[in-house]
Amino acid sequence: MPRPSPRFHRYLVAYKTIVVKEVTRFARIWLQTILPAGVSMSLYFIVFGHLIGPRIGEIAGYPYIQYIAPGLIMMSVIMNAYANVVSSFFGSKFQRHIEEMLVAPIPSAIILAGFVTGGMVRGLLVGTVVTAVALLFTELSAHSYAVVVATIVLTSVLFSLGGLINGIFAQSFDDTSIIPTFVLSPLTYLGGVFYSIELLPPVWRSVSLANPVLYMVDAFRFGILGVSDVPIALAFAVIVGCIAVLWCWSLYLLNRGVGIRS
Amino acid sequence: MSHSETNALEIRGLWKTYGNGRQALNGIDLTVRPGDFFALLGPNGAGKSTTIGIVTGLVNKTAGSIRVYGHDTDTALEAAKAEIGLVPQEINFSQFEPVIDIVVNQAGYYGIDRPLARERAEKYLKKLGLWERRHDRSRTLSGGLKRRLMIARALAHEPRLLILDEPTAGVDIELRRSMWDFLREMNRAGTTIILTTHYLEEAETLCRDIAIIDDGDIIENTSMKKLIARLNTETFVLDLGSPITAAPVIDGYRFRLVDPSTLEVEVNKALGMNALFRHLSEMGIEVQSLRNKANRLEELFIHLLDRNNGSDAPA
Ligand SMILES: Nc1ncnc2c1ncn2[C@@H]1O[C@H](COP(=O)(O)OP(=O)(O)OP(=O)(O)O)[C@@H](O)[C@H]1O
Ligand SMILES: [Mg+2]
Repeated sequence: MPRPSPRFHRYLVAYKTIVVKEVTRFARIWLQTILPAGVSMSLYFIVFGHLIGPRIGEIAGYPYIQYIAPGLIMMSVIMNAYANVVSSFFGSKFQRHIEEMLVAPIPSAIILAGFVTGGMVRGLLVGTVVTAVALLFTELSAHSYAVVVATIVLTSVLFSLGGLINGIFAQSFDDTSIIPTFVLSPLTYLGGVFYSIELLPPVWRSVSLANPVLYMVDAFRFGILGVSDVPIALAFAVIVGCIAVLWCWSLYLLNRGVGIRS
Repeated sequence: MSHSETNALEIRGLWKTYGNGRQALNGIDLTVRPGDFFALLGPNGAGKSTTIGIVTGLVNKTAGSIRVYGHDTDTALEAAKAEIGLVPQEINFSQFEPVIDIVVNQAGYYGIDRPLARERAEKYLKKLGLWERRHDRSRTLSGGLKRRLMIARALAHEPRLLILDEPTAGVDIELRRSMWDFLREMNRAGTTIILTTHYLEEAETLCRDIAIIDDGDIIENTSMKKLIARLNTETFVLDLGSPITAAPVIDGYRFRLVDPSTLEVEVNKALGMNALFRHLSEMGIEVQSLRNKANRLEELFIHLLDRNNGSDAPA
């Protein structure tokens, strides 16, 4: 086997270093980064699943608690991937240790990939914790493991990229919570986590189709339950398309040095 | 241009205008030879950190070119970066990261494998007296130790060019001297060093070559020896045994009475001190003690800046 080129090796080591640093960061503060999702999911399951769910009845042939479980898992993956990268990237800008990477002989794409991988790992880890919590309250079995894994990986990558862009533009800690509160939460709540869009009047159903989160929740629910509102291929096309757009945008911003180089 | 490859740093026509319109550099040229110990001096806001920021890739330039050991930052940025180790002016590590991780990770960003990175971290943390603190979080270090940690971090990839932006700001005398010894040793072993400082004594003791920057212009670029040699007067402060009412007048010396028992005198090197004391005792002025007013470089520095600002005076 040919030896990898020195440059490739250098990039690989730098990438691994950033990933390890990112994972160490959130692992060190797991009480703030991993645990909260588990707690709030337990509450969702108790309140919506056990107390209110039985009165709602079935959706698409599933008990309410089982229908919302995939959406809730997805919601925590989204929130955590995003939160991880936005706070880590903004923090490294604020404390200026982003400069440690900026002086090093690596391209922006490596820095970008490192941060995004960090967010993805947190997303997957939280997803696992939340799934474990869900299993305490209801039964879940995967209709298609491939779809489950693919959706959750792609979604966490997508929202890590979103968090990074937010981190690039953020100028204060307030700026890191504005998007999650005013954009991400509404998109998720209205993205079919708690209901099927089939229940909506036609107008609102069409409006919902403009919400990218819907496709992720829907694809994930298909992976678990085997039921979906939109075709699965379309769902993946939307997710991958969004990733491509955000990747190019964030790479452009990093190369230009927006928010990090004067 | 045939020697240009061999220079550690070559800056040509470097301009910088910040986003807010502030013009920080007006087309400066600067050359640092390999193996040099180079001082970049200038008052606050002169453009030292801006220059360093552009060379290290932390600040975007407006125009101009930079070569680091022959690598043009426009065409071979990574090769240029790999040659440089930076100790920035402001503390910039993650507050929560343990000391050793900071050095090991920095080596990692330069592509150095973990085992070697750990060896390097051990080597430099030991040299800089931080090994015992390696598991502590960086924010628990004192200011002086934080500065040393920044040096260890900059050396993790063993660069040929070490750039230090005010490395001894806020460092006590003892620690400063040991840092000087360390830097001298690095320089002797072949590392090119560029240093900015406000302690002129530091520049005078350590550096072979010097550039003075003021308001975005290089106003002086020469060897330390030549610069010091140009200084032919020295100012002393005399504490008098009994108060006097007016400054004495003696040919060749310039006096200034600071207060009735403190006299300042500018002495021309050619005239010396013996004649001065003879004149003073003839006049019945008793000198109890004397000290050097400022370090020599300091006077020259102030003189040069005065001249620069004089010529820049608004019309
Ligand atoms: N990010 C920035 N945006 C706008 N202006 C800046 C920025 N950084 C520096 N400046 C301005 O550029 C000029 C040069 O600043 P610089 O930091 O290079 O000076 P310096 O020589 O390092 O000073 P000091 O000795 O105080 O560190 C100053 O007028 C400063 O106010
Ligand atoms: Mg400065």
